[in-house]
Amino acid sequence: MRQDTKMPAETEEFAGSIASPASAAGSGTAVSIRDLGHTYGELTTIERLDLELPAHGVLGLVGPSGCGKSTLLELIAGLQQPSRGEVEVGGATGAAERLGQCALMPQRDLLLPWLAAIDNAALALRNRGVRRAAARSQAEQLFERFGLAGFERARPGELSGGMRQRVAFLRTLIAGKPVLALDEPFASLDAITRAEMQQWLAGALGTDPRTTVLVSHDIEEALYLCDSIVVLSNRPTRVVKQLSAPAPRAAERDEAVTDPAFVTVREHAMQALRDGAR
Amino acid sequence: MRRWLLPTLFLAVLIGAWQLAASSGALADLLKLESYVVASPLEIAESLWQSRSLLAENAWVTLREMLLGLGLSLVIGVGLAFAMHLSGVVRDTLNPLIVVSQTIPILAIAPILIIWLGFGIWPKAIVVLLICFFPVAVSTFAGLGTADPEATKMMRSLDASRLQILWRIETPTALPYFFTGARLAVVLAPIGAIFGEWVGSSSGLGHLILQDNGQLETARLFASVVILSAMALLLFALTALAQRRIITWR
Repeated sequence: MRQDTKMPAETEEFAGSIASPASAAGSGTAVSIRDLGHTYGELTTIERLDLELPAHGVLGLVGPSGCGKSTLLELIAGLQQPSRGEVEVGGATGAAERLGQCALMPQRDLLLPWLAAIDNAALALRNRGVRRAAARSQAEQLFERFGLAGFERARPGELSGGMRQRVAFLRTLIAGKPVLALDEPFASLDAITRAEMQQWLAGALGTDPRTTVLVSHDIEEALYLCDSIVVLSNRPTRVVKQLSAPAPRAAERDEAVTDPAFVTVREHAMQALRDGAR
Repeated sequence: MRRWLLPTLFLAVLIGAWQLAASSGALADLLKLESYVVASPLEIAESLWQSRSLLAENAWVTLREMLLGLGLSLVIGVGLAFAMHLSGVVRDTLNPLIVVSQTIPILAIAPILIIWLGFGIWPKAIVVLLICFFPVAVSTFAGLGTADPEATKMMRSLDASRLQILWRIETPTALPYFFTGARLAVVLAPIGAIFGEWVGSSSGLGHLILQDNGQLETARLFASVVILSAMALLLFALTALAQRRIITWR
């Protein structure tokens, strides 16, 4: 992971560079899903899915609540094995290999209340056997880069919602995996903080591109952060429509999401969502 | 303030009423007893002071039995909880047996312990153990199972091993449960020690209580009870303090 990168200035057009492969984490890792089906007991959660995600691509999964988006994300991240078909991450299809290449950021921040913010962020390093002092100093540099300087020793309970999400994202990023699996990372935040965090995440992914799968129930958020989005149906899940996000987008979130081209795609996605929810 | 004041006031009223009833002879008349058998709180306090060295000597014996038994209870209770949490075979084997162990009347097996282990500290500590490991094991085991499965998934995704999940997620989650069990164990410990001493001993507060009972020394008998209760309270307070120092995130 690169630590010498500075936080991009707000005026810089990093939103458009999310997919640019010229960056830190090497050549990147592609994700490919073929003929995927999943059942939970008697219940068919995923009917049939085929998805391709190029290296350093950012894919949004949008769909109604309870449509199996989180299950799909866990399948990709290697936390579950599909009942049918294949999930391939960087050429590997085994759950353990996928687990090794994906880092999951769960819906709630799940910061551990008994650890300071910096130790929460450094969890992946500690799990890998890095000593506490070394893990902390590595995390410290990212704290500065992501505007968390001064809060290293704070307990999670002392942080605001937005800061907690940033620490949770750092924790995911620090794992140094080529693929990020983000499960509605900002669902619990208020509207203003969420908009700020979306712009922040776009910047973070711009400076440190990873192959990213983002689950969201918010079409606008998905279109702003992703190269393309997949609209999923109610259970049993299938793809209703795949849409490319308009590019390039303005760096300022408010500017990007009010652009006429953006609004048009958003309306298409909304219609697809309605079709799928029926 | 209110938390201390109300129980203290109530206790003072009870003791005051007892004092009046005992010193006026009303309580002895009611129970149809000679008045010297009915000790008043003032007589108990007097006995506490007069027999202080005898009481202290015997209290020290009982306290050591309690501490040894409690130490064993914590180690064995926590060990059992972790073993049952980590292994389904261990859980299915031991879980019912741990419940069975609590159905055994401890008082009935205490004499056997004396036969096997002699008159020293060990049979008493084992009786304390038999009573006290149960709340520790059961509550710690329950606590280990309450870890958030989403947090476990997050840790797995961050390359955590089974033992790292145990140490970084499940153990801190189980700590408050462990302390609940430990506080129960601490207040049960005097019961175990006294049981053990009643069956066979040459010293300790339980031994002294038996003697005083035989000699109708009711004032000193109550003095022993007061000391036992104070020791349990002290251990309870120390446990609560340890909990506050260790669990700083609540």
